[in-house]
Amino acid sequence: MAASLERVAGRGCVLRADDIDTDRIIPARFLRCVTFDGLGEHAFEDDRAQAKGDHPLDDRRFAGAAILVVGQNFGCGSSREHAPQALMRHGFRAFVGGSFAEIFAGNCTALGLPCATLAPDALARLMDSIDLDPAQELVLDLRARTLTSRAGTQAVEIAEGARQQLLEGTWNATAVLLEAGAAIEATAARLAYVQDYRLP
Amino acid sequence: MRRPCGPGYPRHVAAPAKSLLDKVWDAHAVRELPSGQTQLFIGLHLIHEVTSPQAFAMLREAKLPVRFPARTFATVDHIIPTESQRRPLADGLAEAMLEALERSCAEHAIRLFDPGSGKQGIVHVIGPELGLTQPGMTIACGDSHTSTHGAFGAVAFGIGTSQVADVLATQCLALARPKLRRIEVAGKLRPGVYAKDVILAIIRRLGVKGGVGYAYEYAGPVLDAMSMEERLTVCNMSIEGGARCGYVNPDETTFAWLRGREFAPAGPAFERALAGWRAVASDAGARYDDRALIDGSALAPAVTWGIHPGQSIAVDERLPRLAEVPAAERAAVAEAFEFMGLRPGEPLAGTRIDVAFIGSCTNGRISDLREAARVARRGRVASHVKALVVPGSQAVARQAEAEGLPEVFRAAGFEWRQAGCSMCLAMNPDKLVGRQLCASSSNRNFKGRQGSPTGRTLLMSPAMVAAAALRGEVADVRELL
Repeated sequence: MAASLERVAGRGCVLRADDIDTDRIIPARFLRCVTFDGLGEHAFEDDRAQAKGDHPLDDRRFAGAAILVVGQNFGCGSSREHAPQALMRHGFRAFVGGSFAEIFAGNCTALGLPCATLAPDALARLMDSIDLDPAQELVLDLRARTLTSRAGTQAVEIAEGARQQLLEGTWNATAVLLEAGAAIEATAARLAYVQDYRLP
Repeated sequence: MRRPCGPGYPRHVAAPAKSLLDKVWDAHAVRELPSGQTQLFIGLHLIHEVTSPQAFAMLREAKLPVRFPARTFATVDHIIPTESQRRPLADGLAEAMLEALERSCAEHAIRLFDPGSGKQGIVHVIGPELGLTQPGMTIACGDSHTSTHGAFGAVAFGIGTSQVADVLATQCLALARPKLRRIEVAGKLRPGVYAKDVILAIIRRLGVKGGVGYAYEYAGPVLDAMSMEERLTVCNMSIEGGARCGYVNPDETTFAWLRGREFAPAGPAFERALAGWRAVASDAGARYDDRALIDGSALAPAVTWGIHPGQSIAVDERLPRLAEVPAAERAAVAEAFEFMGLRPGEPLAGTRIDVAFIGSCTNGRISDLREAARVARRGRVASHVKALVVPGSQAVARQAEAEGLPEVFRAAGFEWRQAGCSMCLAMNPDKLVGRQLCASSSNRNFKGRQGSPTGRTLLMSPAMVAAAALRGEVADVRELL
């Protein structure tokens, strides 16, 4: 079981766009692999190439940022865990935004990466604040459910199950699920399709 | 009926009305976790070559066995070439991924439907086709389009690779129960309007993030009248509306599909299963967190014009003007127009296309190919268009061959390929080049989705793709039927 994750502190990187899908975060050609190694360098590869150096991930003001600040519906589309893997390997340890796609957020939790949401006006203030002072430290506090920046201490929302997993250090769910022991087989035994008409 | 109640009469004790979601969830709940989530038993686990290798590596590292190997089934779909599936695959990376899957399946006694089995295909096509997908199941797969299987009244959702490892090791997932939205599609679809148009209209109305946190229950006369394949198309794109799972309550159409399928129960077991399948449907009076109503009679063939599936219009509409778009979305809409090379306020019909793609887990089934062939018989593919027809599975290909469809397509100038995901997602040799514009029966029009970072996608029904291929431009299929 991992240690508890109570807070993430570091500089922010602002990505002002909504509906960023996982194909853009990591284009499919980089999924032709059997490990997640090396994905970090390909995060947002096509968007960055098209922006010709003008992408937030190439913005020197945001170099070394630990918290990626995004718009609405970030991580929509494909379930590929390669997307949060690529962002994690690029150096991000938390995401703050307007909203997150569900599978993406679940994948992040499984990697110990919190996804926290802010109301639109608070998000706009945070983005402006980071743009004005990219060197400032942001602190995401999971226990208090707050994000502190030069824009002040703002209340954030984090899906409660995910927050508990992070605080308890149980985000690698396999060990927790195994603890159910024989209750798993007992549940299976109550299901007609498992017991009555077995798979050929 | 009024029931007597009050002193002297027992309170009415019938079970409270429940939705299918609640019934399936409760039946599969192993326990409540300290996080407040449910530990949910997964009845059917489907895997493919892209999102499973790292999960098997996690198992090896943790020295864990596969807990219920008989409840996981594998196939190869994303990376498989559609011109020649001869081994070794021409692409070394693809060959390595297939070999890794073969090794893992052999090591853990998991059944693999590879090209040699005659049962290979897109994972969301073969599950229903083999009768693996059944009402009342929980189904997970490392692929967001797992929502497809909800067409049978299953609770089916996509998961990431760490969760694939969870299912392999424990046959369970840690999940929060979603809220439930009932979407009723009233009326009757007009000729030339298909399931694809229904789901595109739903996503246009409710938005690409409207379903986040929800499961969708699709219902109403239009869904009742649909075949299983049409319901599969609707449920397939639930995730494009943000809903991780979407389902249709099982009915006689569902049961008729399942009878006689290889992995469906047989004989007396089928009759016993039927009783359970009938009982799992949502009760009248079940509670919903939200409802939406769509008028199916008013729908026309839909085409996307932007860079997410919510950006669509009816083929006879004009593209939105920026002034008509809510202020908060204006910048994103302008960006979409710029990327697509389209102009606000113009018609989309008449836009010249370069590629036509018929296939995918959304629309690669036999009824899709039949409808496309009906259009293909009306002419020839325009000389500047590259047109592909890719069956969703080897079984779909065999059925199409038995009906003479490949000859129809070839005669019209389409290429007839072998089963796989093909040009839906560009993990195999079928890709757009440069800024090509593709009329596509797939599910995602994201930037770069079809393999070229600047390639552009217009989503539409297979019949509409066929019409666009023949005309060489976006066309209203109703003029060809």
